[in-house]
Amino acid sequence: MKSQANPQNTSAATISERATRRSLTDVFKNWELLLVVLIIIVVLVNTRLSPYFLNAKNISRTSSDFMEIGLMMLPMVFIVVTGNIDLSVASNMGMSASFMGLLHNMGVNIWLAALAGLALGTLGGVLNGYLIAKVKLPSLVVTLGTYAFFRGIAYGFLGDQAARNYPAKFTYLGQGRVGGSLIPVSVAIFIGLAIIFGIILHATKFGRHLYAIGNNEEAAKYSGVPIDKIKFSLFVISGFMAAFAGLVLAARFGSTRPDNGTGLELAVITATVLGGVDIDGGKGSMYGAVLSLLLIGLLRFGMGLVNIQSQVQSTIIGLLLIVSIFLPHIGQRIAANKATRFRWKTVLAVVGIIALFVLFFVFFFWSRAPVLAEI
Amino acid sequence: MTDQETSIGKQVPRQKLNLLELFSRFREVGIIVFIAILVVAVSLRAPSFLTINNLTDILMNISIMIIVAMAQTMVILTGGIDLSVSSVIGLVAMMVGFTLSANSGIPDIAAVLLGIALGAVLGTFNGLIITVGKVPPIIATLGTLSIYRGLVFFYSQGTWINAFELPQSVKLLSKGKPLGVPNLIIIALLIAALTFIFLKFTRVGRNIYAVGSNADAAEFAGIRPQRIKLLVYVLSGLISGLAGVLWLSRFESAQTNSALGFELQTVTAAVVGGVSTSGGVGTIPGVLLGALLLGIIQNSLTLIQISPFWQLAAQGLLIIIAVVSDKLISKRIVRSK
Amino acid sequence: MKFRIFTIASILMVILSLGLAACGPQEEATEAVVEETEEEVVEEAPTCENYVLVPKNLGNPYFDTGNVGAQEAAGELGITVLYQGSATADATEQITLLNSLIAQNVCGLAISANDADALVPTGQAAMDAGIAVVTWDSAIAPAGRDIHINQAELAGIAQIQLDMASRLAGEDGGQIAILSATSTAPNQNAWIAAMEEMLASEEAYANLELVETVYGDDDDTKSYNEAQSLFTKYPDLEVIIAPTTVGIAASARAVTDADLIGQVFVTGLGTPNQMREYVKNGSSPEFALWNPADLAYLAVYTTHALATGEITAEAGQTFTAGRLGEYTVQDDPELGLNVLLGLPFVYNADNIDDFDW
Repeated sequence: MKSQANPQNTSAATISERATRRSLTDVFKNWELLLVVLIIIVVLVNTRLSPYFLNAKNISRTSSDFMEIGLMMLPMVFIVVTGNIDLSVASNMGMSASFMGLLHNMGVNIWLAALAGLALGTLGGVLNGYLIAKVKLPSLVVTLGTYAFFRGIAYGFLGDQAARNYPAKFTYLGQGRVGGSLIPVSVAIFIGLAIIFGIILHATKFGRHLYAIGNNEEAAKYSGVPIDKIKFSLFVISGFMAAFAGLVLAARFGSTRPDNGTGLELAVITATVLGGVDIDGGKGSMYGAVLSLLLIGLLRFGMGLVNIQSQVQSTIIGLLLIVSIFLPHIGQRIAANKATRFRWKTVLAVVGIIALFVLFFVFFFWSRAPVLAEI
Repeated sequence: MTDQETSIGKQVPRQKLNLLELFSRFREVGIIVFIAILVVAVSLRAPSFLTINNLTDILMNISIMIIVAMAQTMVILTGGIDLSVSSVIGLVAMMVGFTLSANSGIPDIAAVLLGIALGAVLGTFNGLIITVGKVPPIIATLGTLSIYRGLVFFYSQGTWINAFELPQSVKLLSKGKPLGVPNLIIIALLIAALTFIFLKFTRVGRNIYAVGSNADAAEFAGIRPQRIKLLVYVLSGLISGLAGVLWLSRFESAQTNSALGFELQTVTAAVVGGVSTSGGVGTIPGVLLGALLLGIIQNSLTLIQISPFWQLAAQGLLIIIAVVSDKLISKRIVRSK
Repeated sequence: MKFRIFTIASILMVILSLGLAACGPQEEATEAVVEETEEEVVEEAPTCENYVLVPKNLGNPYFDTGNVGAQEAAGELGITVLYQGSATADATEQITLLNSLIAQNVCGLAISANDADALVPTGQAAMDAGIAVVTWDSAIAPAGRDIHINQAELAGIAQIQLDMASRLAGEDGGQIAILSATSTAPNQNAWIAAMEEMLASEEAYANLELVETVYGDDDDTKSYNEAQSLFTKYPDLEVIIAPTTVGIAASARAVTDADLIGQVFVTGLGTPNQMREYVKNGSSPEFALWNPADLAYLAVYTTHALATGEITAEAGQTFTAGRLGEYTVQDDPELGLNVLLGLPFVYNADNIDDFDW
C-alpha cells in the first residue's frame, strides 16, 4: 500500500515503517510540543468550565493520586525504549506492599518492613530480568506470567486481611507535604526521580545503549552493547520502582490490601505511549512521558470536576491515545498524497466503511431505545 | 520423553524439518507431557477429578476461551495482538441481549449472525486504525479496549440483561446436548478445526504466517501485508462477536463488566500454546493444548483444596514453569542437533 | 537534540511559572471564598443543596436501585443528589473520584466504600473541608466518616441466612458451603465470621455442617466455576449460601445447569430481577435482602441532616427520614456511629413478582 502511494519509495521498502513514523515529527514539529499545546488547551478549557480547577489546594490533593503511576512509568520508559514491556508492575507493587503489610501486622518495625518490601519487589524484578535476559523469553510472555504470579503472592500474604495503622512518620510519604508548602512529598520525590531518570536516558552511555537496543538489537550487539546486562538491570530497576510505588500507595491509603493497584499497569503503559515513546522501541523521551502524565492527570481531574462518568473518562483517554498516533499519520499521508490520482476504488472503500459504521450506530441507538424506555 | 525425542530425531532427515517447525512440534509434546503429569498428580489427590462431569465442566469452562484464542492466535501470528476482544464480547453480548429482550421471536440463528456482524464491525475499526492509521496493534487495541467498554456503559446505562429476559432457546444454544455433549464444546472444536484448516490449507491462511515471519519479504513475494493484517483483525472481531453471543447464552446474562480481563486469558492460552509474540510461529493444536492446560490448572487447584488465596499465585507460577521449561527443552534440542 | 531539550525545558519553565503565578493569588482568593462559604454553611444551613451519592461502581443494578431511593429523597428535601461513581469497584479509582468531588465543595457525600481503610485519609480530607461524610452499604472505618448507615445488624443478616439455609436443608440438616465475593470484601467477611460463630454456638444450627468457604470475586464466571467445583467436591452438599448478589445468581444457574434442582439449594443475598427465574424453578426458593432504595433514601436523609446541622455526629441524636420514620444515631464499639435501617426482607415465590429491580 505504501509503495502504491509513493512509487519511488519501493526500493527503500526495507526501511519500512520506522522511517515513516519518524517523519511524523515533521508534521507537528515534535511530540512534546504537541503535548504542551494539549496541556495548555486542557488547562484553559477546564478553567473556563470549573471554578475549582485552578485551586492549588485541589491540584495538590489530586496530584498525589497519579504519583504511583508516575513512579512506575519512569522505568517503563526505559523498558519500552528498548522495545520491551513490563506488564507485571502493578502486580509487583501489590506484592511488595502486601509483604510490608504482612510484616507490619507481625509487629516488625515499619522501616524494616518497608525495606523488606523493596527487597521483594526488586527480587520480582530479578525474576523478570533473568527470564528475559538469560532464558531469552519475550518480555510480554514473561511479564504476563508474573502479572498473575505476583498478584497471587499478594493475596497469599494478606488473604482477606488488611494491614493498617501505619505510623504517621510512614504515611507522611504518601499523605504529607514538603515543609509548609502545598507540594505533596510523593510529588517532590517523583520530580526528583524523573530528573535522575531523564538524565540517565538522555545524557549517559547507558541511555544511548537503550536507544541502540530499541532501534536494532542485532546491530547494537555487534557494536558491543552489553544487551543482556542492560535488559536484566532494566527489569530489576522496574521491580524496585514498582515496590517503591507500592510503599507510596500504602502510605497514601494508610493501609494495604492485596488487591491494591489492580489494573494500574495499563495506566502506566498508556502514559508512556502517549508521551511519544514508540512501543516498538528506539524512540521517545523522558520529558514527553512526564508531560503526558501531567496531561492525563489534568484531563482526569478536570473531567472529574465537571462530573463526567468514569467510564466516559477512560473512553476519552483511550480515544486520545489512538487519535494522537492516528491523526498525525493521516495528516501526513494526505499531505504526501496530494499528487496521487483520484481512484474510484478508494472512494468506494471509504464510502463502504463509513456506511458500515453508520449502520452500526443506527442499530446501536435503535436497539437500546426500547429497553431504556422501560426504566 | 526419550521416545518422543528420538521420534523427532528420526523425522528430521526424512522430512527436512526446519528449526522453527521442530520447535513448534516439540512444543506440543512438551505441553502434553506437562498436562499428563498434572492430570496424574491431581487425580491421585482428588479422585473426583477424572469423572465425566468434571471433565465436561473443564471443557465447558475453556470453550469460549478456545474460540477467542483462535482469533487471538491469528492476530499474534501476524505479529500483532488484540487486547480489545474482551470488550467486544461484552459489547456484543449486551447489544444482542438488549435486542433479544426487546423483540420476541427473533430466531437464534439471527441472534448469532447479528453478534457476528456487530463483532466484525468492531474488528474492522481495529484493523483500520492499525493498517491505515499505522497505530501499533498493542496501542490501538489497548485504546479500543477502553473505548468499547465505555460503549457498553453508554449503551446500557448500567442496566443488565438477566436470565429471565432471554428466550430459553438462546440459553440452550450453548447448553443443549443434542449430540450428548454440550453444544458449546462442539462449537469450540468446530471453530478450532475451521481455523486449523484455514491456516494450513488455504493460501490466505499461509500468507498470515508469511506476513508474521517477515512482512517485507512477504510484500516482495506479492502478498499485501496490510490487507492480511486488516483481515485478521476483522476475523478477530467476528469471532469475538460470536463468542459474545455464546457468552450471553452460557452465563444467561449480560453485565457491564462481562468478560472484563478475559483478553489476557486468551493471550495466555495462545502464548502457553507456543505462539510466538513476534509472529509467524504457532499452531492451532498447540493453542488448544495451551487452553486445556489453563483449564486443568484452574480446575485442579480448587479440587486439591489449595487455599483460594494462593490459587492465583500457583496459576501464575505454573504458567511461568510451562513457558520456561518449554524454552529450555527446545534450546537443548536445537543444541543437540 | 541538545538544543531541542533546552527549548522544551525553557517552554516548560515559562508555563510552570505562569501557572504558579496564576495559582498563587487565585488560591488565596478561592480559599477566602471557601472559608466564607463554610461560615455561611454554619449560619444559613438550608442553602446547602449539592449532594453526591457514590456507589462502589457504576453500572451495577444494586446501586442504581439505590439511586432511585436517593432521588426520591432528593425530591422530598428539595436538594440535588448527583450519582457519581468509579468504573470498577476499586479503591484507587474511587479515591481519585472523591478528590474531584471534595474539590467541588459539595455539601455532603454518601459513599459505599471499596476499601474500609484506604478511604480513611480521603474521608478525613472531606470532613476537614466541611463536607458531611456518610457511608452506606459498605463502611469506611469510623475515623474516615461521620455516620454509617447500617443496612442490617451483622447478627440479623447472618441469622436470616442461616435460618433460610436451615429451612432448605430440612429437618435433618446437612452440608452447607458459602460462596462469597472477594476475599477482601469487608461486609461479606464480617457476615461469614458471624455465621461461623452462630453455627458453632447455637443449638438450632447444630445439624448444619459448613464444609468450605470459597470466593467468586463477584465475578460471574468465577462464581459459577466455584459453585461447580463445590458440587464436585461435596456430592452431599445441600445448601450454598451466597451473601453476594453476583454469587447467588451464578450459583443458582450452576445448580440449574447441573440438574441438581431439589438436591442443592441456593440462598443468600440477591436481587429480585436476577433471582426471579431461580425462585420459580426451585433452585433458590428463598433469599433475603434489604431494599437498597430504602438504604440510599435513608443515607441521603442522614447526610442532609448532618450537613444542615439538624443533627451532629454524636450518639443519641434523632431525626426523621421521610416515609421511613424516626431514626437514632447509635454508637457501636466496632462500627462507630451508625444508623440501623431495619431487618432484611425475605423474598420467595409468593412475593417476588411484587418487585421489579
